[in-house]
Amino acid sequence: MQGIAASPGIAIGKSLIKKDKNVEIDRNTISDEQIENEINKLHSALAKAKQSLKELKESTAAKLGEEKAEIFEAHMMILEDPEVVPAFEKKIKNEKINAAAAVKDVIDKYVAMFSAMEDDYLRERGADIRDVGMRVIKILLDVEDITDKMEEDVVVIAKDLTPSDTAQLDTDKVLAFVTEEGSRTSHTAIMARSLGIPAVVGVGDDLLKEANDNSQVIVDGNNGRVYFSPSVATLDEYQEKLKEYNKEQKRLEYYKDKKAETKDGKEIELVGNMGNLNDIKPILNKGGEGVGLFRTEFLYMDRNELPTEEEQFEVYKEVAKRFEEKPVVIRTLDIGGDKDLPYLNFPEEMNPFLGYRAIRFSLEREEIFKPQLRAILRASKFGNLKIMFPMISSLDELRKAKDKVNTIKTELEAEGIEYNKEIEIGIMIEIPAAVMIADHLAQEVDFFSIGTNDLIQYTIAVDRTNEKIAERHTPYHPAVLRLIKKTIDYGHAQDIWVGMCGEAAGDELLLPFLLGVELDEFSMSAVSILKIKELMSKWNKVEAQEVAQKVLNLKTAGEVKSYLKDIKK
Amino acid sequence: MIILAVKKTVKIKNSTGLHARPAALFVKKAGEFESDINVIFNDKEVNAKSVMGVMSLGASKGKEIVIQAEGEDSQKAVEQLVKFVEYEMPKENESSEDEE
Repeated sequence: MQGIAASPGIAIGKSLIKKDKNVEIDRNTISDEQIENEINKLHSALAKAKQSLKELKESTAAKLGEEKAEIFEAHMMILEDPEVVPAFEKKIKNEKINAAAAVKDVIDKYVAMFSAMEDDYLRERGADIRDVGMRVIKILLDVEDITDKMEEDVVVIAKDLTPSDTAQLDTDKVLAFVTEEGSRTSHTAIMARSLGIPAVVGVGDDLLKEANDNSQVIVDGNNGRVYFSPSVATLDEYQEKLKEYNKEQKRLEYYKDKKAETKDGKEIELVGNMGNLNDIKPILNKGGEGVGLFRTEFLYMDRNELPTEEEQFEVYKEVAKRFEEKPVVIRTLDIGGDKDLPYLNFPEEMNPFLGYRAIRFSLEREEIFKPQLRAILRASKFGNLKIMFPMISSLDELRKAKDKVNTIKTELEAEGIEYNKEIEIGIMIEIPAAVMIADHLAQEVDFFSIGTNDLIQYTIAVDRTNEKIAERHTPYHPAVLRLIKKTIDYGHAQDIWVGMCGEAAGDELLLPFLLGVELDEFSMSAVSILKIKELMSKWNKVEAQEVAQKVLNLKTAGEVKSYLKDIKK
Repeated sequence: MIILAVKKTVKIKNSTGLHARPAALFVKKAGEFESDINVIFNDKEVNAKSVMGVMSLGASKGKEIVIQAEGEDSQKAVEQLVKFVEYEMPKENESSEDEE
């Protein structure tokens, strides 16, 4: 069956179906004498539920951190709510029904109310209320919990999983999650990724029909596939894949706490790219030494208005604190063109990639640029933040952007607000024009970071979103490689460091070339970090320089690629 | 005992409105007072000490709510809750759990 690949990895194991979505709740009429008894039962169930929530909160805080545990605090509040608890009691008294049925009726009413709300966030809160209600009902009905059945490692199969489901599971025994509902951003997916457990979600209604308890199942979290009672051939294939995957992971684990350095001991800065706060943990877990590209767009997306300075400050502060003394390069808003924000009413353009975007936009929109810069500067005293401007194509733009920073610095000083006065300012190098004048630019910045995705697009004049010409969008094109070399040379001539934050930085084939032209910093998604760290340790300076020299003399992208394949270690 | 009814209007400034975490904190704060406290929004009136009630208002950013209290510490309750909505709530760090 096919679903959404929500968390990578492969698992083969016995299935365990979590069915309790449909706990049978008998509705019994009770006599006047029984009312008191039912109310006592209710209160004892509420107390037990609160106790188990308290325990869940503590174990989740220890396992996944305070933030993930907060949900259970909210659940506890529901059980102490001065509106909800009397409503349970009233239902039992007035309608003379058993406690479980009374709880169900009240909860259903709240769920219906929240489900009807316009706000997405509140609509989803309906699930929390149902979750809490089911907990109380299960205690009242004495229904066994799925965890009781988990004697061995299992693949958990369910309609969907709630926060308390996943927190209750002994996750050390869970091989994988498969759910009928959900998307990449649903609770199950996020939780699975942060726990590093493979998951396939959104498989559809057929899942629970086809699945049997205790039967063999293969979960491919890389491709979103699930196989029930697989054929011998499929099983063999996946057993092989699993073995490879585990071996690879184990081998790479060795590099986690190792310094990123070449065979001859030259230290290289190996850092992660991040798009939101959830990316922090994976970067640190893979031994990333900081962040080479923090895309701030997420702060502006999926909403109806601009984020305030205060909101941004909190996010930047959190990132600064989590990485402590490790560097975090924050790229100012890179929006416009293909990345639209509906509430800003961007006009449609003929050539969005060449249009009104990124720094060109920020420089003209003071009300957007200023809060962002202020928030970054204010957060800078909590860690090691750096500012990076996207899409710089001329010295004028750089100077204007730096002027804005200086104006804000003066303002902050006048207001008596602390910030890091030495904060480094750098630029993305992603336009060929910037490469050609990089000797001048380098005199006025603290660092360069090469954005290969756009640099390739602008150099080869190939739209990177057009599938028909996708093959031409390659970092191996000799023109791109020369521009990379030129950028680094110009940077080094002015004693500034040069990094790379495009996909090419995590390209296993390109690595010896980049080491050979002496790139100082490699920034990539967390999943690539360990592999690249391992490869780095296999090259020494002289070897890599020879590779770079050879590559720069090759004439086509094809030649470059096949040469790099031949010499790959 | 002197029963004082106090009433005040306040505008919500934080972007997530009176939802989830801010709502929970608001309710906790309300629980610190003896008075009966209500929140009124869009003709709907709920118990300020009930997180279900407060969340069910769906009061979002830019909207005005009325906080009304009756009891011995009603003056203090309204003052502090208004202050909470105006100054403390916007400081709340917002969860970014759902963004990817």
